[in-house]
Amino acid sequence: MIYREAGQFRTSYAADQALFPIRQDRLFVWAVIIFAFLFVPFLASEYLLRAILIPFVILAIAAIGLNILVGYCGQISLGSAAFMAVGAYASYDIAIHIPGLNLIVVFVLGGVCAAAAGVLFGLPSLRIKGYYLAVATLAAQFFFDWLFIRIPWFTNYAPSGSVSAPTLRIFGMRFDTPAGRYIFCLAILAVVALAAKNLVRGRFGRMWMAIRDMDIAAEIIGIRPLQAKLSAFALSSFVIGVSGALWAFVHLGSWEPLAFSIDRSFELLFMVVIGGIGSILGSFLGAAFITILPIFLNQLPGLLGIPLSTAMISHIEFMTFGALIVFFLIVEPHGLARLWAIARQKLRLWPFPH
Amino acid sequence: MAKLLKTGLFAVLGMVLAMAAPALAQNEQFIPSLVYRTGPYAPNGIPFANGVADYLKLVNERDGGINGVKISTEECETGYATDRGVECYERLKGKGPTGASLFMPLSTGITYALMEKVPGDKIPLLNSGYGRSESGDGNVIPWSFPVLGTYWDAADIAMTYIAKEVGGWDKLKGKKVALVYHDSPYGKEPIPLLQALGKQHAFDVELLPVTHPGVEQKATWLQIRQNRPDYVLLWGWGVMNSTALKEAAAVAYPRDKMIGVWWAGNESDTVPAEDAAKGYKALALNPTGSNFPVHADIFKYLYDKNIGVTDRKDVGSVLYNRGVINALFAVEAVRTAQGKFGKKPLTGEQVRWGLENLDLPADALKKLGFEGLLRPTKVTCDDHTGGSQARVFQWDGKTWQFVSDWIQSDQKIVRPMIEAAAKKYAGEKNLPTNACKQS
Repeated sequence: MIYREAGQFRTSYAADQALFPIRQDRLFVWAVIIFAFLFVPFLASEYLLRAILIPFVILAIAAIGLNILVGYCGQISLGSAAFMAVGAYASYDIAIHIPGLNLIVVFVLGGVCAAAAGVLFGLPSLRIKGYYLAVATLAAQFFFDWLFIRIPWFTNYAPSGSVSAPTLRIFGMRFDTPAGRYIFCLAILAVVALAAKNLVRGRFGRMWMAIRDMDIAAEIIGIRPLQAKLSAFALSSFVIGVSGALWAFVHLGSWEPLAFSIDRSFELLFMVVIGGIGSILGSFLGAAFITILPIFLNQLPGLLGIPLSTAMISHIEFMTFGALIVFFLIVEPHGLARLWAIARQKLRLWPFPH
Repeated sequence: MAKLLKTGLFAVLGMVLAMAAPALAQNEQFIPSLVYRTGPYAPNGIPFANGVADYLKLVNERDGGINGVKISTEECETGYATDRGVECYERLKGKGPTGASLFMPLSTGITYALMEKVPGDKIPLLNSGYGRSESGDGNVIPWSFPVLGTYWDAADIAMTYIAKEVGGWDKLKGKKVALVYHDSPYGKEPIPLLQALGKQHAFDVELLPVTHPGVEQKATWLQIRQNRPDYVLLWGWGVMNSTALKEAAAVAYPRDKMIGVWWAGNESDTVPAEDAAKGYKALALNPTGSNFPVHADIFKYLYDKNIGVTDRKDVGSVLYNRGVINALFAVEAVRTAQGKFGKKPLTGEQVRWGLENLDLPADALKKLGFEGLLRPTKVTCDDHTGGSQARVFQWDGKTWQFVSDWIQSDQKIVRPMIEAAAKKYAGEKNLPTNACKQS
């Protein structure tokens, strides 16, 4: 009833091609953006901002990046954490060797380095596919782990191999407060999400999807696999690299290669799979599922006033989390985004379904 | 739309969190506990956490708190993962009437990450025997307290012991010492000091990293079999230690030439390795055993009433005792601070003053029931380590037996390195280097 598009006519091409053609969607998205930017920083507690929202926002960026590669171009990658690490360490090195450089420029350059690494490790994708490619991208994971642990130049000769980020300062403003950091990350997320959403509808997105659906057919209709696959690797790694820089600079402040271990790669891949392969919305949902749910489950017994030992809570957290992953994949193999799409279809007919 | 679910989730979460804030007693001192009772490091995390929890409980049960201020505590599981540690820190730092008194992360990685956050939140870190070695210098790093010693002290003490065993520092010339270390900031910390000592006394330092979590060490020990170093220093944690002992037995490397850091000398490291552990030596910050006066109290007030955290038989392992000692530092820091700020719940900033002026001479330790368990310790603003001494003990197949007296790390070597590293840290972070002179 509320969610009715009857009477909304698209009278121009621009209206027809809008990101959100239905007015209700549009209004809703605007409301959410305004809420997230203007209200959340004031309403949310410091804990919510620093421990939940900032990691969520940063990992949502990474999930969007990986979704470009896995969801749209169909190239499975298990090296995402390595590209995050490249973004983080490249930004660190740039920031300490060129002091005073604008932090946004630093992050973009960090992303560019990650993109270069992505292209390099994307090369095998021209020859191998599927599981074999996944295993080949693992090489990136191990290589960069090794690189940042063994070559002291990258960590500015820190004796322990752990580096800490310089002060966050953009245009003379310090981003030290949790709210400031949150808004900074959120702004980047908004730009990345908007860019990705547009990109996947355009020439590049169509190219990637053609390759994903059937690469031989795509080649026959004139799409060059080299260009398509490597551009997907480059863009995806760029976004993941920026998120890695944010993770290091904004969230952790001080990090070691273990922060970008293979577990993180798996985590990102699960975000994409559980959230919805080939869906920007799915990246958000997947990131929320993987980052927020375990913390919530961990606190749940305490919130309900059930006295349990710390170890037991932790075991229950793992079991419930695992069970939920299996549950959602059985109920809807296409991810949480698909669940939402189904709900939306139903909502349009409500209250008079066929 | 993406954000609909997101905000919905947060709304629910926010509401739940808001509802969850229970009515707090006003006269309580909150001492949080970051623990890991699961994962590959749990064998070492559990006894430590139990020791901390038992001692805090004992102070409440026996003395009714610290000068009448009850201690409240809460555990948060980090799993030794830095990001979860940061989440736990954020979760716990504001609890209690005055916020968290101090944090004991028991993880070098988490300590590193929290060092960036504690100056802003004004909560001290008690990283006793671990963490960034630079934090020994309170002039630059006022918020982190490696009471008992840094890793550089540990490396120096281990080498001093070896020098004594071979008959003097000059006899070390041309010898080979291998460092088998956990490939993380924890394991890498001692490297600069060992290399400096190696240069000074002309012995070779061979670095053999073991990747997290340390169950795969075949290649490392094959290298040791080939190179036959004269001594092996083991800088492991969790399952890595018992694995190393078994691998050493497999390549027939003499266990009595292996010396572990004070985190690689617990019963949970040697018992799983069974016979392979026999003869293995490790640094000891504290003895093992449950026959000290404080244990009598722990049994009397907690285990006889069935409110102890663990089983009776688990009381008194090396790391359990270290947990008790850590909790003692926390409690005494609060007590010291109460002397200045009054007998009420104190903020983290006030507790920091207490840590900075922590003084536990022999008679005080005797009164507290820690005689023989802990050396007299005195922290100052300049020197956060409060005396860097350790003994060496050896596993005889059943228990740890001391094989050396207390060894003091050579401050002529360690201290200048700590100060130089602290200065570099201050330069990177733009920090003042005279925090002690200001206050």
